[in-house]
Amino acid sequence: MNFLAPIGRIVLGFLAATGRLVIFAFHGLRHAVLPPFYLRLTGRQMMSIGYFSLPVVGLTALFTGMVLALQIYVGSARFNAESAVATIVVIGITRELGPVLTGLIVAGRVAAAMAAEIGTMRVTEQIDALVTLSTNPFKYLVAPRLIAGLTMLPLLVVVADIIGVLGGYLVSIESLGFNPATYLHNTFNFLEPIDVISGLVKAAVFGFIISLMGCYQGFHSKGGAKGVGRATTEAVVSASILILASNYAITELFFAK
Amino acid sequence: MSARIKIGLAGVRKSFGPKRVLDGLDLDVREGESLVVIGGSGTGKSVMLKCILGLLRPERGAITVDGEPVLGMGSDDRERTLRKFGMLFQGSALFDSLKVWENVAFGLIQGRGMKRAEAKPIALGKLAEVGLGPEVGELSPAELSGGMQKRVALARAIAADPEIIFFDEPTTGLDPIMSDVINELIVDSVKRLGATTLSITHDMASARKIADRIAMIHKGRIVWIGTAAEIDHSGNPYVDQFIHGRAEGPIKMEVLRP
Repeated sequence: MNFLAPIGRIVLGFLAATGRLVIFAFHGLRHAVLPPFYLRLTGRQMMSIGYFSLPVVGLTALFTGMVLALQIYVGSARFNAESAVATIVVIGITRELGPVLTGLIVAGRVAAAMAAEIGTMRVTEQIDALVTLSTNPFKYLVAPRLIAGLTMLPLLVVVADIIGVLGGYLVSIESLGFNPATYLHNTFNFLEPIDVISGLVKAAVFGFIISLMGCYQGFHSKGGAKGVGRATTEAVVSASILILASNYAITELFFAK
Repeated sequence: MSARIKIGLAGVRKSFGPKRVLDGLDLDVREGESLVVIGGSGTGKSVMLKCILGLLRPERGAITVDGEPVLGMGSDDRERTLRKFGMLFQGSALFDSLKVWENVAFGLIQGRGMKRAEAKPIALGKLAEVGLGPEVGELSPAELSGGMQKRVALARAIAADPEIIFFDEPTTGLDPIMSDVINELIVDSVKRLGATTLSITHDMASARKIADRIAMIHKGRIVWIGTAAEIDHSGNPYVDQFIHGRAEGPIKMEVLRP
């Protein structure tokens, strides 16, 4: 029966960790909606997540749109359906690739930075110092990051959607010889509001996940520089996995028949 | 002395996994006194301070501040109680994303909602009290030496004129002269504020300088307590071994001998 013990330990450990994360998220959200609000800190986080992620998100979207147009052209040419390229590119970008790739790119950039910063504050007792200075660390550190993640990711995804579709357009017109007017017509005529809205809802959830995992892993880091390094890695890995898993769940919610 | 008890700990127990760090610790800190707790590394000194501040939660025992039990307090009451405290951390724990003056003014601005323009002169005044000019206020903590960081941390601890100040190893890692400077500053600021202080250290020179009373902690319990003058004639083997820094005695260091 001894072989069951490790399985039990893993299951209990997983449940305990999930419980801790849910409680952490609940506290973070509660402080995000209750005053006082740290507007200056929230603004700074919005700049860091939103504005400074623009170049990398833009480039990712551009190349993704370009390669998507190429691949779909090659695939659809096999059964003479080249006219579907524009529609498939815009739906692929707005529903899936825009939000997911933006989420993953920002997770690598932002969740890591948050975990490293908060983790260093934890191991150098700066978070304890906040408490002794009558400042709630959830309100001061977690809430501004959650608000910034939740609001900035949808904006980034709007930009990614536009640039991604533009990338597809450029390749289709310049290299594949499509007629610009027809391409644009096919892009917008078959696009439905739900395609964009579902992508933006995904983006908000991904933004929340990114900030949550960055803060959570940083908050619980221990053991000096090595612990902060581990927290940083775990923040990126856990945020990425949660993004992919929640992406499936949200898609199921929106589009399952 | 019949002074009021400012902080009371009774039977406080705290473990980390199988390791029991505080094992039924009893200690009273009287109002207005400077109590120094001495003891080796890993004997539970820092854990004791963190339990009082609510940063750690003991499994058993009672802790009171001004007669009010602090364990199990709601967050509003706890915040109100924490306003009485200032703390100097062992590693200074300055916020490196903020300038020096913003660090000193942090408790005033964030904790008490004071305007930045009002808090800045107070912060610069506190920096002056610890011997640092206004130009230092504009630097970032990373640009300061360890001794200067300690002084900034001291200025931050006293910025809101707290009733109670904790000093966690205030002189660790400093040269003897800078240690003495910090000790002097501690004594001066405490006198000026009339605060109750609880310090933990293993630096005997520091303990003698700042203490009214000294308590010795060993294996999570207080094994001796008396006035600073009595410590040399305590008759307590633990205290004798500690203050003379002998390897032989009742305190066994957990080291592997060849």
